[in-house]
Amino acid sequence: MTLSIDIERRLGNFHLCAKFDSAAGVTALFGRSGSGKSTLVNVIAGLLRPDRGRVEINGEPLFDSERGVDIPTSKRRIGYVFQEGRLFPHLTVRQNLAYGRFFTSARERYVGLDQVIELLGLEHLLERRPAALSGGEKQRVAIGRALLASPRVLLMDEPLASLDIHRKGEILQYIESLHSEVKIPIVYVSHAIEEVVRLAETMVLLSDGKVLASGKLEEIMSRLDLRPMVGRYEAGAVIDTRVTAYDERYELTTLSFNGGELSVANLDALVGERVRVRIRARDVALALHPPAGVSMLNVLRGRLIEISREEGPVADVRVQVGDACLVARLTRRSIHQLGLEVGQEVYALIKAIALDRHSFGFA
Amino acid sequence: MLVLTPVEADALQLSLRVAFWSVAGSLPLAVLVALVLARADFPGKSLLDAAVHLPLVLPPVVIGYFLLLLLGRHGPLGAMLENVFGIVVAFRWTGAAIAAAIMGFPLMVRAIRLSLEGIDQGLEAAAGTLGAGRGWVFLTVTLPLAVPGIITGVLLSFARSLGEFGATITFVSNIPGETQTLPLAIYSFTQVPGGDAQALRLSIISVLLAIAALAVSEIMTRRAHRRVKGHDIKH
Repeated sequence: MTLSIDIERRLGNFHLCAKFDSAAGVTALFGRSGSGKSTLVNVIAGLLRPDRGRVEINGEPLFDSERGVDIPTSKRRIGYVFQEGRLFPHLTVRQNLAYGRFFTSARERYVGLDQVIELLGLEHLLERRPAALSGGEKQRVAIGRALLASPRVLLMDEPLASLDIHRKGEILQYIESLHSEVKIPIVYVSHAIEEVVRLAETMVLLSDGKVLASGKLEEIMSRLDLRPMVGRYEAGAVIDTRVTAYDERYELTTLSFNGGELSVANLDALVGERVRVRIRARDVALALHPPAGVSMLNVLRGRLIEISREEGPVADVRVQVGDACLVARLTRRSIHQLGLEVGQEVYALIKAIALDRHSFGFA
Repeated sequence: MLVLTPVEADALQLSLRVAFWSVAGSLPLAVLVALVLARADFPGKSLLDAAVHLPLVLPPVVIGYFLLLLLGRHGPLGAMLENVFGIVVAFRWTGAAIAAAIMGFPLMVRAIRLSLEGIDQGLEAAAGTLGAGRGWVFLTVTLPLAVPGIITGVLLSFARSLGEFGATITFVSNIPGETQTLPLAIYSFTQVPGGDAQALRLSIISVLLAIAALAVSEIMTRRAHRRVKGHDIKH
């Protein structure tokens, strides 16, 4: 699946001008509220008409202002999970689920009702009406309903925004299993970086209606120039790893990648599984020599490739470790005292405890 | 006392028939007009809105007189109906139903429009993303969600039809067995010496009918509300 977008849309003072391509897997549209994320997914779904441009799926145009193509929403076969669920209040859960299925020809169906009910754990909800569901249950039904229309892409517009933290984790797990079991391409809109890191392979960074960057999540997350967008506290790099060992005595998991190994706690994963780890810049320290007598379990050797130039007491430093990039946030004083320079060999230190369950994503 | 006289039975049965057909005939048009007023935006919309509300503000006699001019056997529309389809509505119960439908129309449109305006259009958009075209969206989402308003509109219009007097007597006169509905019969009895007891009996029948209609509508509204919202009406 490829989704190719190049559109412009003016709405009062707001000007959305977006161009990007996304391949299979999960593509995150990330940006602050008001950056144009929702407008963009509404354009993809056909709920908003762009002023100019082109929306294509697998090379087939859904909208093309030059050729005069504008396929109506109902014919696009693009699933949409709305922030507020938007379940039909006059229908039971079962009828809600069956709604989109009714409009899909048997030839185009690729998931069965029973499969979706099991995948999302909906058995006991089927005869209820939406008013009798909790927020998390509503969102699960909304996901199931969209899925049962057998869409070519699933758009999810901040599906977790209205949920509390426990429900969020629960729904995230369902979305992950969706991605691995049904293999449906997902466009996921969010302003929460931990959701994006956990789910997405491709990332499109939006700001004020413009695409600042798009590409592989790992690359975009480690770029220093984009760091203000991600938010100071949350900024960091993402590394793709594989679980290689589990130490039962200390309850630590070892994650390996071509730049070295990481020991982490509180990770619920099996040996062999792929795990994406987000390492926040503020959790990384640098040393010039392999340190002795420190408690930090994770010491990675790498090469310093970039130092951000900026005002204020802190600066970000990018370190290449194998194929991956780490970002460390240091005071300018430390940078000066250590005499850090681009090209230098350094050791990145990361506390195992700093990597909590919000840091992990499953690929 | 409990048994209706033939005159009373005629008037009651005629009233119900007129009210039923006036409501049934005007409902589809009322839904359409309400939909246009609630959703569409076009020049002249306020003019349509005003025209729909006209029967509410004009004296009923004026409406009846216009109907007579238009649909009477010598009126432009009336003559056409008679020549082409062989249909005569002047001085017939069908004419009474038309008069009642027009008088009840603004009430019905208002109630349905309010209910349509209260529908979250996001739900319709969601139905679209699930593959439902516009017609299907209307039938499976918009219409069911508007049912409480439709019930209210039907009740208001039905009650208005039962009470219709001015337009009816002007347009189709006061013919026992053909156009003499309950209010017209009551009026007739009050005009003859010694008709007071009859008028009172018919008035009581009218009251009972109104209470029954209210009760039915209340039950239906509750049921519809529960269906649409998934919970009972909260007072």
